Amino acid sequence: MPIAKEKLIDMYRTMVRIRTFEKVALKGFEAGDIGVIHLYIGEEASATGACANLRDDDYITSTHRGHGHLIAKGGKTNRMMAELYGKKTGYNKGKGGSMHIADVDIGILGANGIVGAGIPIAAGAALSAKMRGTDQVVVCFFGDGAANTSRFHEGINLASIWKLPVVYIVENNQYAESTPISYAANIANLADRAAAYGIPGVTVDGNDVLAVYEAVGKAVARARKGEGPTLVESKTYRHRGHFEGDQQTYKTKNEVDGWVKKDPIPRFRKKLIGMGVLTEKKADEIDQAMLKELDDAVKFTQESPFPDPEETLEDVYA
Amino acid sequence: MREISFMKAINEAADEEMKRDPGVFILGEDVGKAWGGAYGDFVGLFDKYGAERVRETPISETAILGSAIGAAATGMRPIAYLYFVDFLGVCGDELINQLQMRYMFGGKTKLPLTITAYSGAGVSSAHQHSKSLIGLWMAIPGLKVVTPSTPYDAKGLLKSAIREDNPVLFLEHKVLLRLTGEVPDEEYTIPLGKADIKREGSDVTVVATAFMVNRALAAADKLQQKGISIEVVDPRTLVPLDKQTIIDSVKKTGRLVIMSEEPITGSAAGEISAIVAEEAFDSLDAPIKRVCAPDTPIPYSSVLEKFWMPDEEDLIKAVTEIA
Repeated sequence: MPIAKEKLIDMYRTMVRIRTFEKVALKGFEAGDIGVIHLYIGEEASATGACANLRDDDYITSTHRGHGHLIAKGGKTNRMMAELYGKKTGYNKGKGGSMHIADVDIGILGANGIVGAGIPIAAGAALSAKMRGTDQVVVCFFGDGAANTSRFHEGINLASIWKLPVVYIVENNQYAESTPISYAANIANLADRAAAYGIPGVTVDGNDVLAVYEAVGKAVARARKGEGPTLVESKTYRHRGHFEGDQQTYKTKNEVDGWVKKDPIPRFRKKLIGMGVLTEKKADEIDQAMLKELDDAVKFTQESPFPDPEETLEDVYA
Repeated sequence: MREISFMKAINEAADEEMKRDPGVFILGEDVGKAWGGAYGDFVGLFDKYGAERVRETPISETAILGSAIGAAATGMRPIAYLYFVDFLGVCGDELINQLQMRYMFGGKTKLPLTITAYSGAGVSSAHQHSKSLIGLWMAIPGLKVVTPSTPYDAKGLLKSAIREDNPVLFLEHKVLLRLTGEVPDEEYTIPLGKADIKREGSDVTVVATAFMVNRALAAADKLQQKGISIEVVDPRTLVPLDKQTIIDSVKKTGRLVIMSEEPITGSAAGEISAIVAEEAFDSLDAPIKRVCAPDTPIPYSSVLEKFWMPDEEDLIKAVTEIA
């Protein structure tokens, strides 16, 4: 089925929104105003293509590298930026920061500072959706590093035996911190591990937003029909280090140059212009609008108060 | 009044709450038709509520607690049956990093989730199946900790734990599981955070946790024969802790011994000592005593295990030293 023009433009806008957010966040980090951050630059097609299949009442679980997932699921950039700056108007009232941003009202069950922790949590949210008799679906994002944790096995096995409505997306960005996946796994495609759980496994070009959209779309449809989980491997690359400040001595220039050529945003822009969906002018307008949105987000953040110190003691218990 | 076992009390509490609230469900290893839990806590519930709500899991502690968190955050009210509390070590991340979801999210979600687990030594199960570690659980922010010592308390507290909108760790001491006691037919709950004076006394306050309450009560009779009257305070829940009842008792007796079945360092006894020293120092007529286990792993041989576990003689000695 052809994808509606507006949907394609939305996807482009989302990818640019993510990249712009990350660049603005980076400035805040470099100025010393933001704590530890892990940027998603280079991987925008993955979250965007995946979340373009979701409804507002569907859920996602995210990771330490979560800004892209949250924006793609509908997170507001001003409240996210405010959270990064530790402001009271942030999504978590300054209690979470980059690695814990959440908005359960739009199905964002949190970024997560522990690698792989979202895998069983996603299974639980999917179990809840099933037991409550809804057709909600959960998309669980995690990285190649998480695919080597014990919970990858425990969580996906549980989701498979109970046929839970969850789509597991392993974003293989080639490195778990400084360790290449070629060292850390003895197989070429992590999606092959799906066979161990009797579920479909598919590897896609994670820098091609439409390829991700299509593969995750099939998996979401399968989940919504009650046929169980799918493991989608989105092969991509992070342009930045594991964290900001990482010298990235483990990467070669050739490797970086090769992946920058496959940068998902110029690639999709070119494609949309070729398809006649966008013009250069219209694409520039979107880019400018996102810059303006992030300028406004920074203004919102700057004008927002810090929480009262005593708020430290609130929200421990319901 | 009728008498039922501690385990039957657990079974009734789970049954009543599952009947009351369709969001309540059990998940864990061996909870299904064959066993109904390793010691039979949930016998009959599989037949009554089916495989959907009495969910047998693979041996996957991380997935049990992790998925319980995901389900609790999205509208369900799971009882995660963790088998032995020692196995919480397997899902340590969920316990110390994920259960704090509400706080990390700025108060935006609730986690109505009860973890039930067997605790305690005394049945020659050795180090990996005998721990209580109450002080360790107390130190985890966001987690409530319940340690019933009677069937009556077990039923009323478990019902409250299940109704809590926060994570609760509910410990079932193995030695207590077949203990019987009076439990009314009528429905009741016991609020978390309310201590119970299990025996009134005038000379020394003994705060005891879980199975140690029973040992303290046995010691009380022997001490009475020596002319020493002890007041046995059962906090019942360590988080929240009913400090006032403990302090009021110390104000009356002027002396405090705390008995808890765990290595002494970092124990509940240490925390209660510190609270009383800070808040009721002027009421103390003697040093506070802690009756705990040595700072060792838990040994297997019954001879060694008996040495390791705090018992009546240890308590009588401590009380006599300050009375």
